[in-house]
Amino acid sequence: MSLPLDSADLAAIWLTLKLASLTTLVLLLIGTPLAWWLAHTRSRLKGPISALVALPLVLPPTVLGFYLLVALGPHGPIGALTQQLGLGTLAFSFSGLVIGSVCYSMPFVVQPIQNAFESIGKRPLEVAATLGASPLDRFFTVALPLARPGIITASVLGFAHTLGEFGVVLMIGGNIPERTRVVSVQIFNHVEAMDYASAHWLAGGVLICSFVILLLLNRRGRLTVMPGARR
Amino acid sequence: MRLPLLFATACCISISHPALAGEVQVAVAANFTAPMQDIAKAFEQDTGHRVIAAFGSTGQLYAQISHGAPFEVFLAADDTTPARAESDGLAVSGSRFTYATGALALWSADAGLISDGAQLLRSGNFEHLAIANPKTAPYGLAATQVMQQLGLTQALAPKLVEGQSIGQTYQFVASGNAEVGFVALSQVSRDGEITSGSAWQVPAALYQPIRQDAVLLNTGADNDAAAALLDYLKGEQAAAVISRYGYGH
Repeated sequence: MSLPLDSADLAAIWLTLKLASLTTLVLLLIGTPLAWWLAHTRSRLKGPISALVALPLVLPPTVLGFYLLVALGPHGPIGALTQQLGLGTLAFSFSGLVIGSVCYSMPFVVQPIQNAFESIGKRPLEVAATLGASPLDRFFTVALPLARPGIITASVLGFAHTLGEFGVVLMIGGNIPERTRVVSVQIFNHVEAMDYASAHWLAGGVLICSFVILLLLNRRGRLTVMPGARR
Repeated sequence: MRLPLLFATACCISISHPALAGEVQVAVAANFTAPMQDIAKAFEQDTGHRVIAAFGSTGQLYAQISHGAPFEVFLAADDTTPARAESDGLAVSGSRFTYATGALALWSADAGLISDGAQLLRSGNFEHLAIANPKTAPYGLAATQVMQQLGLTQALAPKLVEGQSIGQTYQFVASGNAEVGFVALSQVSRDGEITSGSAWQVPAALYQPIRQDAVLLNTGADNDAAAALLDYLKGEQAAAVISRYGYGH
């Protein structure tokens, strides 16, 4: 028996994995310093920035997708910038999806890392300082290794959450094979075309995959730091 | 004494009123959103019945109907889906009819972009061309037929972006993310005038007629309001609205 997935389905799976991996990487790069800042700052901006990071937890993805579509468009602020840089506009492109996914999955990466940094406390860092470690040293050789479980949780959640992304991609993607047609959109296509058999195969795959990821995470006993429910 | 009397009267009115005036739940194809809102308003005024309308792509609405959504009347964007509803035993046989014939337009939010649409398509002088998903949206299918007739299928393929419904396709073009797109004429014209941007009404010879059929679903078989709405759609008032939005009748 041949696999009941056609080449378009496989392309969608590959694209989804690529999107989730790249998004997680970008989020770790910008989310880690942001989490560090949020964990240690006494700035008045901490409240508003925390709220901003957490927004995708409560906003419907359509709101995020709609504003991204407007912002990325030729008359929007991001669109104006990318056009000036000679990049054109980013809607309907893989880069556009990465930007959307980074916004969408931000809290799932920043919050676990921030929790991990906060739970380390000041003590180990102060001890390292008295032993002559520079601030950069303390960050890389003390804080990061101690925050490792939080960072792993963040990576897994960021990845898993991006796998399940739908609303934002639907709004800014344009359903282009191999560029913006991810698995969730392909499932939607199958359902809309009344091809329920193919929809079942893909949907079942996503279900099992997500379940296994969360199961593995749970076995590490780190699920407690998971932020609120997702849509 | 007065208050209980008033209360009793109010009760009588609120009980007797629904008996006279019914309620009908309609699933409406996205391209027909604006005319349906007008028609529903006129229908409610003329008959006292209430219309509860849900809008979406035809495929999506059909999936909902086949899984027990409580719609009583289905206004599709094509003629095959209502036929399928009938053969699947979801609709009252013999109730199908064409309520409107759709027209396709090539549209841009930029007022100066389109003068001769076919020429613009040949020049390929744009980054993105938005169409509705041809597998699920009849206007998307019509768009692919136009490109095929013009011999541009291959040339335009890399520029295509797909909306899930004709509504989303319109949104891609309206926001400027796609410079041009194939939308329903009804979305961009009123009384024969293009309402914004620039457009080219695609000659009817370039695509198969988009016959939009209505059908009475089994759930509405005994609902007077549903029958009344279908009658109303065949009547003159509805015809006037339908042609005002650029549909054939």
